[in-house]
Amino acid sequence: MGRYVARRLLQLIPVFIGTTFLIYLLVWALPGDPFAGKCGERPCPESFVAVMREKFNMDDPLFIQYGKYLLNLLQGDFGETFSGTSVGTLISNAYPVTIRLALIALLFEALIGVIAGILTGLRGRGFMDNLVLVSTLFLIAIPTFVTGYLVQTVFGLQLGWIAPTVSGNASWGELLAPGFVLASVSMAYVARLTRTSIAENKRADFVRTAVAKGQPQHRVVGVHLLRNSAIPVVTFLGTDLGALMGGAIVTEGIFNINGIGGLVFRSIARQEGTTVTGVVVLLVIVYLVMNLLVDLLYAVLDPRIRYD
Amino acid sequence: MSTEGQSAESPNPSPLEDPAAPAVVQQGSEPLLAVSGLHVEFRTQEGVARVLNGVRYHVDAGETLAVLGESGSGKSVTANTVMGILEMPPAAITAGEIRFRGEDLLTASASRRREVRGEGIAMIFQDALSALNPVFTVGFQIEEQLRKRRGMSRKDARKRAIELLDLVRIPNAKGRVRQFPHEFSGGMRQRAMIAMSLALDPEVLIADEPTTALDVTVQAQIMDLLAEIQRERNMGMILITHDLGVVAEVADRIAVMYAGRIVEEADVHSIYRKPGHPYTRALMDSMPRLDQRGQELNTIKGLPPSLTAIPEGCPFHPRCPLAIDLCREKDPELLTIAEGRVSACHRSDELMRDE
Repeated sequence: MGRYVARRLLQLIPVFIGTTFLIYLLVWALPGDPFAGKCGERPCPESFVAVMREKFNMDDPLFIQYGKYLLNLLQGDFGETFSGTSVGTLISNAYPVTIRLALIALLFEALIGVIAGILTGLRGRGFMDNLVLVSTLFLIAIPTFVTGYLVQTVFGLQLGWIAPTVSGNASWGELLAPGFVLASVSMAYVARLTRTSIAENKRADFVRTAVAKGQPQHRVVGVHLLRNSAIPVVTFLGTDLGALMGGAIVTEGIFNINGIGGLVFRSIARQEGTTVTGVVVLLVIVYLVMNLLVDLLYAVLDPRIRYD
Repeated sequence: MSTEGQSAESPNPSPLEDPAAPAVVQQGSEPLLAVSGLHVEFRTQEGVARVLNGVRYHVDAGETLAVLGESGSGKSVTANTVMGILEMPPAAITAGEIRFRGEDLLTASASRRREVRGEGIAMIFQDALSALNPVFTVGFQIEEQLRKRRGMSRKDARKRAIELLDLVRIPNAKGRVRQFPHEFSGGMRQRAMIAMSLALDPEVLIADEPTTALDVTVQAQIMDLLAEIQRERNMGMILITHDLGVVAEVADRIAVMYAGRIVEEADVHSIYRKPGHPYTRALMDSMPRLDQRGQELNTIKGLPPSLTAIPEGCPFHPRCPLAIDLCREKDPELLTIAEGRVSACHRSDELMRDE
């Protein structure tokens, strides 16, 4: 196990270098002048552009530029935006909001999705089953922006149950509705995955054995059946958390949340290369680490999986 | 609690020290386990399959009954019905009785039935790899019985689990108890399953083709182990198999099943000497024999009948070399043909007469 983790962590290094380089390349290869429109109506003065190009190493060859950037990054310096704000500060402002939103979404997915899946998986065909199948189909088919605007309009503007947009500090309570919207599609997948997994395992030989042993029903289901059915569901939830940590451009946009997704979106639009690269590098690392955790969790859940 | 009462009844927690199982209190002349007139149907979209059509057999303490028959003859369905682990629906029990120590299990409450499982009647399944839960250790699965049903502490249950694994001759039981089923070899897994089934000292053990998934040398070891445990504990054992060689060695009596009914039942010696039903005879003839080398192996022509359309009359008549007109019209009853022998064949008299 230890060796496996070490190997996986070492694999992070080439992936890290590869992604940062690719993103750096893409961002700086974007057409257009990053300083266009930065100085109001007039074009920026020659001297200002010269200073900025000097400061951001823009006259160096690409590889040198990248090398200098990487060197700073390794020292924990994410660089600055053109207006002089530290990218590190931008990230540390936006990321806690994204993490809160991701956790709320995960909670919705896990709670509602798993409960719906267990209920329908155990009972089999019937009203409940049809209800869950149809409603999950709806959730999967409807794009998030539709769900988002619908929730915002109905519950925020018409009924007034929630604030239509989230305030600057984005507290847990305010993020409930956006979290639900963000979770909706995955929630449907979790419900269906749980349902299928339980329905399959219900007929498994080891469940029959547990019944034949005379174990009470709640133990047959709660211990033998659910423990096995949880394996694919937990894996899905883990991977999804990794994706949620990457920010949610659409949901953040609708509810005016200052998360990491919006930050990337705005930075791309403004050609803030340093910010884009910095944030994406962070997201790549978070995603890789989350994947590693999921793989490790998988071995904990299913003892048949062995690493090394 | 009733489980407490049960455990108090069996004053013999460790058969290691004292191999004699708790004395079987026979109520009158009632056998330990008796199945009679059992009818089971499977209701599917293709129609109703009459899977069991009046199965009857019984087993006494200290006795091994072998249930023989082709795949689909209803051997396992009978066993599952006895255990109460039949999936209903699609299955439905339409008639019959299953008496365990005189008590009809089919009319017993669900909780009483659960008590009997494991404690009164335990079962060993064919494929131990899929029958054991892959995500729990072998020890956990044995201890679960002891902790939840006998109220043992974790420590005592672990100790007892190791004893049980020792009993079924798993080497290094202390270390093995912490391993998962997939870390066991095929034979060891089946041993672990036997240990698990013995945890609550059952009075009847149903072994559903316990050696089918194993290779030949291991098969013999497992059968020896089962026979020995059965003898030592004076258990009643129902051995479901299609391996005639195994049957000859360990069984006391044989019940032959065909199309969901018992077609013949007799003690092992007389049935091997002279089968009282053409199907039994055909089964025996289809066994490879050393004294018939080089000859073509006898087989039973045709296929077992579809259970959704069992032929009129005797269900075996389309494949029977002795079939007469009567066989096509009238389903033969299970009649006594000799001391302790029954057969369902119109021509069993002739079979018993000729040499």
